[in-house]
Amino acid sequence: MQVATFLAYLAAAALFIVGIRRLRKPETARSGNTIAAVGMTVALVATLFVIRFESLLLIGAAVILGAVVGAVSAQRVQMTAMPQMVAAYNGVGGGAAALIALSEFYHLQVEGEMSLVAALTVPLTILIGSVSFMGSVVAFLKLQELAFTGAVSFPLQQVVNALLFVGVLVLGANAITGGAILPFLSPVASVVAVLAASAVLGVLLVIPIGGADMPIVISLLNAFTGLAAAASGFVLENYILIIGGTIVGASGTILTRLMSSALGRPLGKIIFAGIAAAG
Amino acid sequence: MQELLAQLAILIIAAFLGFELISRVPNLLHTPLMSATNAIHGVILVGGMITLASEGSFAIKVVGFVAVFFGAMNVVGGFWVTNRMLGMFRPPRPRVKKRREG
Repeated sequence: MQVATFLAYLAAAALFIVGIRRLRKPETARSGNTIAAVGMTVALVATLFVIRFESLLLIGAAVILGAVVGAVSAQRVQMTAMPQMVAAYNGVGGGAAALIALSEFYHLQVEGEMSLVAALTVPLTILIGSVSFMGSVVAFLKLQELAFTGAVSFPLQQVVNALLFVGVLVLGANAITGGAILPFLSPVASVVAVLAASAVLGVLLVIPIGGADMPIVISLLNAFTGLAAAASGFVLENYILIIGGTIVGASGTILTRLMSSALGRPLGKIIFAGIAAAG
Repeated sequence: MQELLAQLAILIIAAFLGFELISRVPNLLHTPLMSATNAIHGVILVGGMITLASEGSFAIKVVGFVAVFFGAMNVVGGFWVTNRMLGMFRPPRPRVKKRREG
């Protein structure tokens, strides 16, 4: 990595931290958000200098498309519908992390440069990112009252969740060992299967939780996506992903606790309701 | 190995920093903070750009393209929506203060 890009990443990390600090007081909150956005711009521009020039057109097209969709939806959303909009943005972030890990797994597999760290963090990133993606989609649908309103549960839900989780572990191990456990599944097919199983797990974990608890669930999924970003930082050996992702993962966890105690809804109860719904 | 150890050191320090940053925040700011940190993990877009820039088959390019699209939506939507949320704070601020004093 170029020294200039590395230093720019450090500057971006500093701006993120200053931004969050200013967000703790109502008077300075708005400027804090702006400062964090400046930090993001610094990180993104610095990244342009370490990637192949020919790919800029494709990246530019995807960025513009995503930016337009993000800006238009953020501008149009009703003030009362803010929580589900945050859930939607959080979900796509988690989805991005999962897809990045999937794509990097393929790259490393082709180049034969799979390290132990990458082999461990790819399935982890996909698991967390995919759960966060589908969990956020369900939270969005619940708050928008499009589907899954109220607490949805079915018999043996707990058993299904456990089986899915074990399935993810087996598939992940199969990917790491190059297909030693399930010889009929190639490593790349295994990580795709990890993605699919984690997506189903994300749905099942959130559907039993009632709509009133959704803001807390969204905050928890926000922390999850932060962790997924940090894990993808280990896959890509990228420092700003590790720093930014970890800060959000840690602060999101604390924020979730603060929110649940402020709303008088104990976090343990909410998660327990999710896991043990139809136990 | 050296690199990995440096990354782990940063992970630990960043985790403690994250815990410390969010302490004694007024309830009013919980949702904007969630929304702003949500925008910050949009830094995943950096990863999307790197992965889309590397060589790959058409299918892998599609996966990378969707990742960058998602990441850009996370960043722009996240910061934009937070800014709108915080924009609402301006008018009622004096009233909030008055209520506290009285």
